[in-house]
Amino acid sequence: MTKIIEPNKQSNIFKRPSSETGIWSWITTVDHKRIGIMYGYAAFFFLLIGGLEALILRIQLSQPDNNFLTAAEYNAMFTMHGTTMIFLAIMPISAAFFNYLLPLQIGARDVAFPRLNALSFWIFIFGGAFLYSTFIFGTAGAPDGGYLAEEVGWLGSAPNGGWFGYQPNAGLKYSPGTAMDYWAIGLQILGIASLISAFNFITTIINMRTKGMRFMRMPVFTWMTFAVSFLLAFSLPIIAIALFYVTFDRKFGTTFFLTEGGGDPVLWQHLFWLFGHPEVYILILPAFGIVSEVLPTFARKPLFGYAAIVFAGFGIAFIGFGVWAHHMFASAISPVAQAGFGLSTMVIAVPTGVKIFNWLGTIWGGKIKLNTPMLFSLGFIGMFVIGGLSGVTHSVVPADTQQTDTYYIVAHFHYVLFGGALFGIFSGLYYWFPKVWGKMYNETLGKIHFWLMLIGFNLTFGPMHWLGLQGQVRRTWVYAEETNLQFWNIIVTIGAFIIAVSIIVFMINWIFSKRNGEKAPFDPWDARTIEWTIPSPTPVWNFSKAPEVKSLDDFWHSKYDEDEDGRAVRKESADQMLIDLEEEGLNPSENIVLPNPSYFPILLAAGLPFLGYAVIYKSIPLALIGALFLLIGGFGWGTEPLEEEVEENLEHE
Amino acid sequence: MSSSHSYPHEPTGVETRKLGMWVFLSTEILFFGTLITTFMIFKGRDFPGIKLTDVYDIPFTSISSFILLMSSLTMVLAHNALEAKDQEKTRVWLLATAMLGAVFLAGQIYEFTEFYHKGFELSTNIFSSTFYVLTGFHGLHVFIGVVLLLALWGIGQRQKGLTLEGGMNLEFVALYWHFVDIVWIVLFTVVYLI
Repeated sequence: MTKIIEPNKQSNIFKRPSSETGIWSWITTVDHKRIGIMYGYAAFFFLLIGGLEALILRIQLSQPDNNFLTAAEYNAMFTMHGTTMIFLAIMPISAAFFNYLLPLQIGARDVAFPRLNALSFWIFIFGGAFLYSTFIFGTAGAPDGGYLAEEVGWLGSAPNGGWFGYQPNAGLKYSPGTAMDYWAIGLQILGIASLISAFNFITTIINMRTKGMRFMRMPVFTWMTFAVSFLLAFSLPIIAIALFYVTFDRKFGTTFFLTEGGGDPVLWQHLFWLFGHPEVYILILPAFGIVSEVLPTFARKPLFGYAAIVFAGFGIAFIGFGVWAHHMFASAISPVAQAGFGLSTMVIAVPTGVKIFNWLGTIWGGKIKLNTPMLFSLGFIGMFVIGGLSGVTHSVVPADTQQTDTYYIVAHFHYVLFGGALFGIFSGLYYWFPKVWGKMYNETLGKIHFWLMLIGFNLTFGPMHWLGLQGQVRRTWVYAEETNLQFWNIIVTIGAFIIAVSIIVFMINWIFSKRNGEKAPFDPWDARTIEWTIPSPTPVWNFSKAPEVKSLDDFWHSKYDEDEDGRAVRKESADQMLIDLEEEGLNPSENIVLPNPSYFPILLAAGLPFLGYAVIYKSIPLALIGALFLLIGGFGWGTEPLEEEVEENLEHE
Repeated sequence: MSSSHSYPHEPTGVETRKLGMWVFLSTEILFFGTLITTFMIFKGRDFPGIKLTDVYDIPFTSISSFILLMSSLTMVLAHNALEAKDQEKTRVWLLATAMLGAVFLAGQIYEFTEFYHKGFELSTNIFSSTFYVLTGFHGLHVFIGVVLLLALWGIGQRQKGLTLEGGMNLEFVALYWHFVDIVWIVLFTVVYLI
């Protein structure tokens, strides 16, 4: 019988955290699975908040000349809706998948830097809390004597310059108060979290692959994680510097983006979209990865064109850095640049199309099982194609200048980010639910969720296309009755509430199934990748011993042979193999060394919001508190042995 | 880790932490790249008020640049000494590197103060703003480097001394330090010389 090696409980500053259950075990954990679960719940919480903000927006727009929100409150709500959904919901929920699945898919025991992983998570939590503390501490308002000058309630005391923070509108002159400072510094903190996790995942994928796991044998989801990590690592520094400039402009009187002092507002747009467009792919590529796992499993065919899908993913990531100015066709950029960026925008549709056709090729002729994950993946393809096609229309510059700032754009990016990214994410949530919890979700509720969401989604964002073409302007809190926009606006609002209902169905299913669901079989989907070779729920040590991979879709090939016609025939030994695998997975035969839990990630992360407040309120004491946290965290971290003690312990065995 | 164990593997043969450091440094290039690009964009433009050329002192900055470059040499010597398992020399060269870095920082602080006295302040014009943010960001990196070097020197005081394995080791502090030096060569050229 084996045992998990326990570290000595001695430590440097504090005793080593020792609880294995309860809240402290979660706070100090460095286990990638627990961190993934925490990421998931935190992101879902923010998804609910962002959704609530969207519903508030839709109530305001359901009637012409409505008074439900004031203009200032509306500005705050759409800014926070966008910021929340992008930085606090979709990105971290993708991070949840990366965390949980990446080590499992490459056969590793954990990520390369477990404590850094915990640090990313806690920085994300503190960053989100910092950003949302604007509702308590922040102040927002309109410029003196401005047309929007009015009393601003707590709902309006949030960042109100849009998630894109265009300058000079988001500068101190037109957005006085501290709310936009919370936005700039909050994003800065969240960026640090993503950056650290990007280093971690890149290193993990390069260096933690198990025996035989060559690059071209990695599951597509792992490939997409790889691409996303590179995108994060190379795009976040740009926005970080740009946000530095914003903070300097707002707090220390510089004029980087203000024409008064020779600065350049268009430079902000360039820097922002140089980050912002890769960001779009940061949001969508994880969903591409999930769908590429789900489709072959439920079509019972290998992924069509594995290499093409992988390279198309990297093609998208690479070209994604060369299309940013198509967000700026209405800004002062030269006709040559407009033509160039129009062309590159058309070009990026090519690798995307490659992926779409490969997915279609995958399900073509397959024995399709329409379980909930498959439904969501199919929904993803349909919705994403619509969003992708309306995206290509933006490469036509004259048409785009017409559509800029209308609901046509809103429709487009919701088809991509909701119909695309979020449908993919839900597909993944259902697909790996048995792996994470060891229980099956309720299939009926899952299907109700899917159909409600598909209907609600199309009712919400479909009509926005024609609302936009009829000229309804986005980011504006009212429309006049004479515009005849009311009919579709009320439909859109109804659709939004249907989405809300579908989310409630999802939550009921999740909570109920997690408690009372049927026990999940070992390999419920007859899947292809090695995360299904271990018991569900995943044991804390993942793999009992490092698995050895012999081919792409290794698990599938260990279960199936080919007959003369190339059809899959289940091996007779397959059932016994699964029983053996489960037995072995639950009873590892070698000693397991797990990374030790640590207090220092959360301590280090706790310093950052203090530094943020220190900049906003120009307070030295707050800065000192923040620095103290960093110092204690950093010192403890640096001197906390990760491995030596374990080795000493081994000798005692 | 003991060899009876099937974990961990490093298929690339590069130590995982060093690989992580390289990835980190590749991101740093984009941080500095963005700053330098902004600097270059604004450099060619018209702006009111005093310019860097009115206040700077090339010989002074050249000397402090030279000092920073020398610290890369002492860093290499520290690394060599550690490879030769000479703990004492390692500590001496580490301290020398930290001191040279600190002298560079002192020079930068002196320079900034001088500029301020001559009226070249953070918000004087767009050029001064980019100048301070760019060189200040680099200064922050040097400062962090000095802290890391001193921490390493402190760890070296323990009985076990320093090794080339484990936690925060000399090798990737050295990587970081050389990177910061190289960036300064670029900055010095871009900001002061052309």
